[in-house]
Amino acid sequence: MYNYKNDFPLLANSTVAYLDNAATAQRPQCVIDAEDNFYRTCNANPMRGLYPLSIAATDAYEDAREAVRAFLNAKSTSEIIFTRNTTEGLNLIAYSYGLTQVHAGDEVLVSIMEHHSNLLPWQMVCRQTGATLRFIECRPDGSVDLDEIAAQITDKTKIVAMTQVSNVLGRENPIRAVADLAHAKGAVMVVDGAQSTPHKAVDVQALGADFLAFSGHKIFGPMGIGALYGRKELLKKMPPFLSGGEMIESVTREGAVFAELPHKFEAGTVNAAGAVGLHAAINYLQKIGYEEMERRETALVARALAGMKEMPYVHVLGSELAEEHTGIVAFAVDGVHPHDISEILAADDIAVRAGHHCAQPLLKHLGYNSTVRASFAFYNTEEEVDRLLASVSTLRERMGYGK
Amino acid sequence: MENRSFYNEILTEHNIHPEFKYDMPDADIVLEGVNPSCGDDIFLKLKLDGDVISDGAFIGDGCAISQASADIMLGMIIGKHKDEALKLGETFLKMIQGEASEEEIDSLEEASALRDIAHMPARVKCAVLGWRTLKEALGNHDEA
Repeated sequence: MYNYKNDFPLLANSTVAYLDNAATAQRPQCVIDAEDNFYRTCNANPMRGLYPLSIAATDAYEDAREAVRAFLNAKSTSEIIFTRNTTEGLNLIAYSYGLTQVHAGDEVLVSIMEHHSNLLPWQMVCRQTGATLRFIECRPDGSVDLDEIAAQITDKTKIVAMTQVSNVLGRENPIRAVADLAHAKGAVMVVDGAQSTPHKAVDVQALGADFLAFSGHKIFGPMGIGALYGRKELLKKMPPFLSGGEMIESVTREGAVFAELPHKFEAGTVNAAGAVGLHAAINYLQKIGYEEMERRETALVARALAGMKEMPYVHVLGSELAEEHTGIVAFAVDGVHPHDISEILAADDIAVRAGHHCAQPLLKHLGYNSTVRASFAFYNTEEEVDRLLASVSTLRERMGYGK
Repeated sequence: MENRSFYNEILTEHNIHPEFKYDMPDADIVLEGVNPSCGDDIFLKLKLDGDVISDGAFIGDGCAISQASADIMLGMIIGKHKDEALKLGETFLKMIQGEASEEEIDSLEEASALRDIAHMPARVKCAVLGWRTLKEALGNHDEA
């Protein structure tokens, strides 16, 4: 079996068991090369110059946009806005769409399992507009009740914001069904795709998403580049998020005519090299294929879950089924604080995340202050899972609890 | 598996079997200390007899480093003059910042078990939580 770590210079040259992929993935050589190559061969400010270098830069940037369009199965490249990351994409929606379309007395519905970046922007919108923020709860296994959601979405609901995959539980939400409920009441569906895009094919049309944001760095692309999909009819009526260069047709002393989509939302010099790197990342993961990635990740999760089940002092959050974890295993160990766990695992050359994972309301809802999270990518190995399990099995003893 | 981490016996013992982790309803001073990075949250409780710390305890929860450090601290400061306790706190901080002499580290007795935290910037806040709270509780708001 091919060792995918060979594609990733950091992993090929390291002994670390990198199990923090839900925070950020590693980058393959082809992504590093693509970014490097942009600066070496076609670096100029895209959109501005009319000379060949600038045209090459513009083409490289727009080719990347087309790659993202195809990646998400959007209808048009005018619906793809490059951002820095998911957080920026979600903030763009909140500031531009939320603040102009939500009014006092309206409601915004979010799920309890949102990452803070799909919660705080909506808190801001509700605070500023006088709307009410409501929550979709989840069961301990992470599942949601569609009947309950149907009852929560009313004529007052203007926005339903939900993550496709929880960054703590790894469970996939029934986005299509929730989107249908939202649309039936005239609300728009905002989807956080940060944790789904690294693991499964995402089709914004099939999902019924009106907006979907994701980060390049979680899908093996560079840091500092991400994309936001928005349905054209909605983007058209939205005001710009940031103003300045590159987003205008013409400017007078008093005002401006804004550029066409998607440039209206891309003020200032863009991260073209990042977009080119993201393009390479999309090509890379499509070459491997989500089917292969998912198969490998599910096998790793299954191995981890089975091993942890043998340890009565370990408690895994979410479903008992590996296929409902999307590569993410968050857990707690009786008597050992998550930060101490990650410290000990680090001493064993294993990198995991500890804390609230930017999802404090969810952890509180599930009865935890913080947990440890091991998150797998397709390049991780069974040997790494076994190292994790071996370390976890020694935690209590090493913290002084005896055998 | 050998213990390559710095969780030595002194630390784990104070974490699992803390001597001073209990409620003290009749304390003269109660102050909460929070370290958001690990979610450590303690309430330091002190009894004063003039300028002498006659008794102390803490409640709350958090990582092993914060809990053990607070427990060790109380064992060192009870019975001491306020100024003496604050002086120990300063020495402790110096040790954590990697600036204390061997002699100063020796003066910290059991608290010297935390000396290696100097190499772990992410956990410094855990180690100093108790001492920082003590300093605030004793009303010394000079530079932290």
